Amino acid sequence: MTNSRPESRSPGMARRTFLQNLSAKLPGLIAFFALAKPGKAGADEPGGYDPEQHNYAMGIDIHKCIGCGRCADACKSENNVPRDEHFFRSWVERYVVTTDREAHVDSPNGGIDGFPALPDDTDILRSFFVPKLCNHCVKAPCVQVCPVGATFLSRDGVVLVDESYCVGCRYCIQACPYGARYLHPEKQVADKCTFCYHRLREGLLPACVEVCPTQARVFGEIGHKSSPLHRFLRFNEITQLKPYLNTEPKVYYAGADGEVI
Amino acid sequence: MFRHKFPAQLVPLAVLFVLAMTALLVARAFLVPETFGDYGPYRANSVDEIAAQPIVYAGAKACEDCHDDIVALKSDSHHQGVACEACHGPAAGHVDAPDEVSPQIPRGRGYCPLCHGYNPSRPSGFPQILSDRHNPGRPCIACHDPHAPTLPRTPEECDACHREIANDKMVSPHTMLACTQCHSVPNEHLLSPRSARALKPTDPGTCAPCHSESGTAKFEAPTINFESHGERYLCWDCHYPHHPEAN
Amino acid sequence: MTPILPLLLLTIPGAEGYIYPNEYELHWSIHIVLYPYLTGLVAGAFILASLEKVFNVKVLQPIYRLALITSLAFLIAAPLPLMAHLGHPERSPEMFLTPHTSSAMAMFGFVYAWYLMVVLLLEIWFDYRKDIVIWSRDKKGLIKYVYKVLTLGVTDISERAIAFDQKACKFITVLGIPSAFLLHGYVGFIFGSVKANPWWSSVLMPIVFLFSAIVSGIALVLLVYVITSLVRWRRISMPCLNKLAELLLYAMIIDLSLEMLDFIHRLYESEESIEILSKMISSRLFISLIVTQLLIGSALPVLTLIFARFGRLPDEMRRMFYFIAAILVQVGIFATRWNVVIGGQLFSKSLRGLTTYKLEFFGIEGLLAAVILLLLPVLFLWILAKLLPPWVPEDQPHDTGHRTREVDLPPGSLPSSGTV
Repeated sequence: MTNSRPESRSPGMARRTFLQNLSAKLPGLIAFFALAKPGKAGADEPGGYDPEQHNYAMGIDIHKCIGCGRCADACKSENNVPRDEHFFRSWVERYVVTTDREAHVDSPNGGIDGFPALPDDTDILRSFFVPKLCNHCVKAPCVQVCPVGATFLSRDGVVLVDESYCVGCRYCIQACPYGARYLHPEKQVADKCTFCYHRLREGLLPACVEVCPTQARVFGEIGHKSSPLHRFLRFNEITQLKPYLNTEPKVYYAGADGEVI
Repeated sequence: MFRHKFPAQLVPLAVLFVLAMTALLVARAFLVPETFGDYGPYRANSVDEIAAQPIVYAGAKACEDCHDDIVALKSDSHHQGVACEACHGPAAGHVDAPDEVSPQIPRGRGYCPLCHGYNPSRPSGFPQILSDRHNPGRPCIACHDPHAPTLPRTPEECDACHREIANDKMVSPHTMLACTQCHSVPNEHLLSPRSARALKPTDPGTCAPCHSESGTAKFEAPTINFESHGERYLCWDCHYPHHPEAN
Repeated sequence: MTPILPLLLLTIPGAEGYIYPNEYELHWSIHIVLYPYLTGLVAGAFILASLEKVFNVKVLQPIYRLALITSLAFLIAAPLPLMAHLGHPERSPEMFLTPHTSSAMAMFGFVYAWYLMVVLLLEIWFDYRKDIVIWSRDKKGLIKYVYKVLTLGVTDISERAIAFDQKACKFITVLGIPSAFLLHGYVGFIFGSVKANPWWSSVLMPIVFLFSAIVSGIALVLLVYVITSLVRWRRISMPCLNKLAELLLYAMIIDLSLEMLDFIHRLYESEESIEILSKMISSRLFISLIVTQLLIGSALPVLTLIFARFGRLPDEMRRMFYFIAAILVQVGIFATRWNVVIGGQLFSKSLRGLTTYKLEFFGIEGLLAAVILLLLPVLFLWILAKLLPPWVPEDQPHDTGHRTREVDLPPGSLPSSGTV
């Protein structure tokens, strides 16, 4: 914008430059008055936490998951999720692929109470558990559609919900391809997994990762070689959920086959 | 005469328009939250509000400070990877006020089977029991120390742990074969299965005694010419030894 | 898929197969069905009114003002179901204060405001200004002051001023047509752009919404025209009614073709979602889609309209058939909105199961509230019709140059003579 500064200025040139500058700066000016924001608040923690230095993500190893449902249970305790069986920030699905290659899925109470026995005559080809949660997509459809900016991708790569700003229109719930959001029945706002953001900032692991007895959930950061996630991504064949929707999910699955959506 | 006069109708409309726009701008100035838009179209303060949510699970490190004996015991056992709070539940309250808040201690028979009850969807090799038949009525902790869960009696049969493989083998032509026919199992494997692994066969000759045309087996088994049959492959590349199928 | 896991069937009544746990509750209820239905009526009624103004379809002149205030009445009511549906309606001003520019829904607020403030109110004001000024002089009592306020202080009704009004009116109408297209096309976009939902995600969605809006708007004005004429004991202009029926028929044919195109396209592409969607159509949506939307709401009225418009019938009967067809069309379009909004939530995004919608009767999102919200625009229309009477004097046309054209009458029919 300032690259067209003329060497010699005639009065006419000066006016033209002024107009050029004005037209270049006008949108900015309008935006300035329109947005009218005072100084930056919510800046970095005194402890020196710099959100730009983090990009949180999760890996899930299907081979290790035993379907105990401790993650879903801990998630509800940690985040005050209603105990009702229709509200989950994280839940565990059981996949049973029978010999006719049909996949059957269930998740009774998100897996928290365990999984009931299969009928005796079930002809299992293969079977496994798949923990699910918000994928914290880089191109999150929920963030795109939120009309007021109440859900957003934080600078440290976590999709969060501002519960004091959400109007409860539920467009984000419709837009999430993974069914990871629900309307909190008491707060009447959209709610979802935050990767236990309050724990991350204290240097703790998300509750689901903390309690997973088989380390099927691996938490870490993208771009940090020392992060356990780095090893996980390096030594496993990784799939993501519904990659064709181009949401760039940041929950990476090892050992999840094509049946998992 | 008033040919070029501005139409009177437009004057109040223009005034109304200006008023409405001013009202919107004024409303914005007053009502838009202070930190909205600092880092994007959202309220930057909300990040800190979310970060301030109370912590419920204290994390394994917090337990070590007081319960170092149990932590030490557990760290050598099969449960070394199991966080304290996986069984004892959220303990941040207990950390803050150890005398007032006690974490849960699941002593009943219902809890352990959440992980160790037999479920065909669980990865094979993961120790599982049939809860209905496994010493019914006795609490798990009567025999097993959950902090160091060695088995009270070393299992003699492999299927105690390798239930799923045993299930497969049971209905296969190999049902009568002992596991040790093909696997060499060091004794330590029974006590510490992860540090002393049972060995898998590496030599295609393993199958030859029974399945080679010049084999030595006394019973009927399908035989093939080991020279010409799939020479570039190991037998178990194509045939699953625990449930072999001819085609 | 034969369910070997009948477990969910026990815990979730009405669900079948696997649905994500959070999908148990349908998030967009009957109110969100009402909202596109109402905005569709708004856009359709306005486009109909514009026909008279912009394209000089003089035969529609008796319904011009009626269509305009109908449009306004329904536009005022349109956001109410949305508001009633919000978890925090008190925070709704945020949509105007901090609109998220990438959100289709946020931008809709501005499309709506533009349409209400700039298009409809202005057009009505310019069109009625002369009358308002006269009323503000002639009427007595409180209403006189209402009109005085409505004049906005401009009392000039010289010939030149009126000429400007008419010019402005025409200009706004020209501006209004794309705006009306935008209004309802946008509602279609709100659904059509949800890529997570294969039932909604379609580029045809805005177009289909637009044409179904035109269909519903024409049918609504036809209904309002017939009913108000009956109530007011006035003669119905048969050429006008015939024209309305014709336009309705043509709009329906276009709308149906588009819907069929969408349907065939889905079937032919046969993406991974096709199985669960087919299952949904043949079970959950059979009554509302196949029976109500397609048979009762589309095929039947099309046949009725063809029969009534082009058959040899006395005017009374013709009117009756038009009326019945218009009612059927309303039922059909409501079913269309239902099938889009509710249908889009009856199947799981896991594409492995179906759920049901449990419509309650009482409660803020119940049937009763929905019926009240649906009747509200009728109340608004009644008030508006009292305040700004849209009626055309029977024997002296509102505008000069209006003459019944014989070509608009079906062959063999009598000239308009229907009195009630």
